[in-house]
Amino acid sequence: MNVNIEINGKELQAENGKMLIEVTDELGITVPRFCYHKNLSVSANCRMCLVEVEKAPKPMPACATPVTEGMKVFTHSPKALAAQKAVMEFLLINHPLDCPVCDQGGECDLQDFSIGYGEGKSQYVEAKRVIKDKDYGPLVATEMTRCIHCTRCVRFGQEIAGIREIGATGRGENMEIGTYIEKSIDSELSGNIIDICPVGALTSKPFRFHARAWEMQKHNGVAVHDCTGSNVEFHTLRGEIQRIIARENQDINDSWISDRDRYSYLGLNNEDRIFKPMIKKSGNWETVDWEEALNFTAEVIKNGVGTIGPDSLATLVSPNATLEEFYLAQKVTRGLGSHNIDHRLQQVDFRAQESDPLYPGLKMSVKQISEQNAILLIGSNIRKEQPIIAHQVRQATIINNAKISLVNTQHYEMNFNVSAEFADDANILNNLLALAKVLVQKDKIDVDKAFSKLISSAKVTDNHEQTIAELKTDEDSLVIVGNTAQTMSNYSQIKIIASFIATNTNSQLAILTHGGNSASAYIAGAVPHRGPCNQVEENGLTAQEMFNKDLTTYIIQNIEIEKDLIGGDSEEVINHLTKANTILISSFVTDKMKEYATIILPAAIYTESSGTYINVSGTHQSMNAITEAKADSKPVWKIWRVLGNLLNINNMDYMSSEEVKDEVLDILGDKDMQSSINWMDFELDQVSNRAEYKVKPLGIYAVDSIVRRADALQRTADGQQ
Amino acid sequence: MRALTQFFKSLFLLELFKGLSLTGRYLFAKKFTVQYPEEKTPQSFRFRGLHALRRYQNGEERCIACKLCEAVCPAMAITIESEERADGTRRTKKYDIDLTKCIFCGFCEESCPVDSIVETRIFEYHGEEREDLYMTKEKLLAVGDKYESQISKDRGEDASYR
Repeated sequence: MNVNIEINGKELQAENGKMLIEVTDELGITVPRFCYHKNLSVSANCRMCLVEVEKAPKPMPACATPVTEGMKVFTHSPKALAAQKAVMEFLLINHPLDCPVCDQGGECDLQDFSIGYGEGKSQYVEAKRVIKDKDYGPLVATEMTRCIHCTRCVRFGQEIAGIREIGATGRGENMEIGTYIEKSIDSELSGNIIDICPVGALTSKPFRFHARAWEMQKHNGVAVHDCTGSNVEFHTLRGEIQRIIARENQDINDSWISDRDRYSYLGLNNEDRIFKPMIKKSGNWETVDWEEALNFTAEVIKNGVGTIGPDSLATLVSPNATLEEFYLAQKVTRGLGSHNIDHRLQQVDFRAQESDPLYPGLKMSVKQISEQNAILLIGSNIRKEQPIIAHQVRQATIINNAKISLVNTQHYEMNFNVSAEFADDANILNNLLALAKVLVQKDKIDVDKAFSKLISSAKVTDNHEQTIAELKTDEDSLVIVGNTAQTMSNYSQIKIIASFIATNTNSQLAILTHGGNSASAYIAGAVPHRGPCNQVEENGLTAQEMFNKDLTTYIIQNIEIEKDLIGGDSEEVINHLTKANTILISSFVTDKMKEYATIILPAAIYTESSGTYINVSGTHQSMNAITEAKADSKPVWKIWRVLGNLLNINNMDYMSSEEVKDEVLDILGDKDMQSSINWMDFELDQVSNRAEYKVKPLGIYAVDSIVRRADALQRTADGQQ
Repeated sequence: MRALTQFFKSLFLLELFKGLSLTGRYLFAKKFTVQYPEEKTPQSFRFRGLHALRRYQNGEERCIACKLCEAVCPAMAITIESEERADGTRRTKKYDIDLTKCIFCGFCEESCPVDSIVETRIFEYHGEEREDLYMTKEKLLAVGDKYESQISKDRGEDASYR
């Protein structure tokens, strides 16, 4: 319902009950504020947004005054301005005048508003308050004397991060923001308090004193370390990335990003970065120029394919590569006759891959997760795997009072209310089968013999029945299969039962994949069983099978095999690589990698190359190169393009990465992931109760070669585990 | 009539003598020429010459790497890189002024919150190659150290006008 109000003499309509500040923000009328943040609750304690409301005896805080019929508001009247000026003077009483050394200088709300709404002088002559700095760990630097007690960080901890790590102790003059007991802030979203702090009390520790806000160029980009596709802003100075901050996207990440996305840039300039192509000649590494390196590479690949056959070539691409890189990699590999291409480094069970949808993902936007009423999380330590999706799940519990159930092999600490947790360290499947059994019994679903035999042994408890009842309500519900489930040796079964539960409870099924761009990999055809956009192809070798036998040539793009590939015997994998001709297209090269590689082609880092990322819900996001490719390194898509030319693959004359993207999107047409998601097509008699694979999934700060090199992240509590 | 006066003027070289008389007058008048470099003109305490970076009396460099001078410099002659020093303070790791770009407007000195970057009275510097006119932090600090007494005296004189 709308009401008629008048702001600064302009008559307009606004939604009843909306706060004044929301209305003025929409209209572009500036009302100064410190404590109000549109994604946090209203606390109205800074009093900066005082405005004059007709008939009100005193100025009212715009952030906590709902609009009502016939309201007349003046945001810039003498009374409002006098109130704002007085508040400003109070806020500045204890604030130090250290703007020149403060990292917030230039992007500081207090600085801006004191120029706009404050007075140049202060009547306060008494001693200023000084607060001892807190140690919040390796990510957040503190300067608590600068704090104006807006409590945004406190509210962020309570409402968004879900851990009450920061609080306010004391009252009035003695109020202090802190952790009470000396401890670091360990939330995986902790970096956001830097963005929301309106003053320089909380700043980024790794970025400390490196650059000023006004001298950096801002570039829009996408975070690539998980499948969320969070929007970020890269800030560069003289061609170097100085920091990453969150960019608002209300469909994906609101205005938050995870610490992993925020601080991963620290790994970009690691000493392992290589800049010159190298060839191993009789055991010694020689630096060569690009022409020689590429010709030699083409020669090696041609020889291998020519003498042993195309099946002896295998290509492994990092799941963080771009759509263009995936497409060109598979085009070159398939053009040579081999189907051995994969990106699924953290999966060991590929049995149900035939019935994969166009790409495993989410059939709704990331934001819509917060609108669900019940969510079943299977094999997912979601907070550490996709922190922003965990945030949306948490929002669902707050907004909709959603019921969340967890099925895991161990207990994971969550930051939201969990209605049922099933943690069976022997096998994740037992609990899933119990859930399926409840469904079969309650709804009298006809299932085939193999399946009924499987579920017969499952032990059903009240919790299982409750979870199914929660999922089965008429409202929206979601079944999520997480990263941990994908590392298990019975992933195909987990997938099938999850699909069974989702179908029969009328829930959506979502698969949260490893890496930042797995959806692109599926669409571009960087999987062994499928060409671009679901074209059916002859089956090639999966990432695991590639190392079951001796192949002659491996092309490996941006992967540290010994760390990224799970399952299998690492020694044996390296043995295979050492025996074969291993071509590394990589930004970072360690001594270990030099032992098994034959050719090293220096790749530009993702920020130095244009490309497209498709997130878990199928949103395409293209990114330009943020900085130039350093020294002699080259964007990976260009390396593939030239290799394709040298290997006489047809139609490889792309002039830009956009041309590649357009080609893929042309093939894709209007296919979407809904086309074939039913894993139940997979024959159930293949399901066997194979023992669980005891693989420890990669930790939150070990997911890819860039994050592993970000030293500040490694020093956090999560990084040290 | 006008033509007639013109005729006599030119006949008796009147204008020539007029001019020569002026020349003669200045020939014997008091001279203003300063015999540089033996003699020098007086300088204002606000003279804007070669730049210097100052230190506090305890030897600590004043500059806190706030980068205001870099931002205000209209010729973009200043390049600063900052970092956190081991003791946790904000310091420059690079402070360069390209004197070939500098227009000596004095804005850097005006903007400095800690009176670190100053323009001294020195104007007779020279360089044999371009690089000599590229002032690094070390060079600027050396200038500051050498002329500190003059610099602080000048700032002192100027203080009452601010």
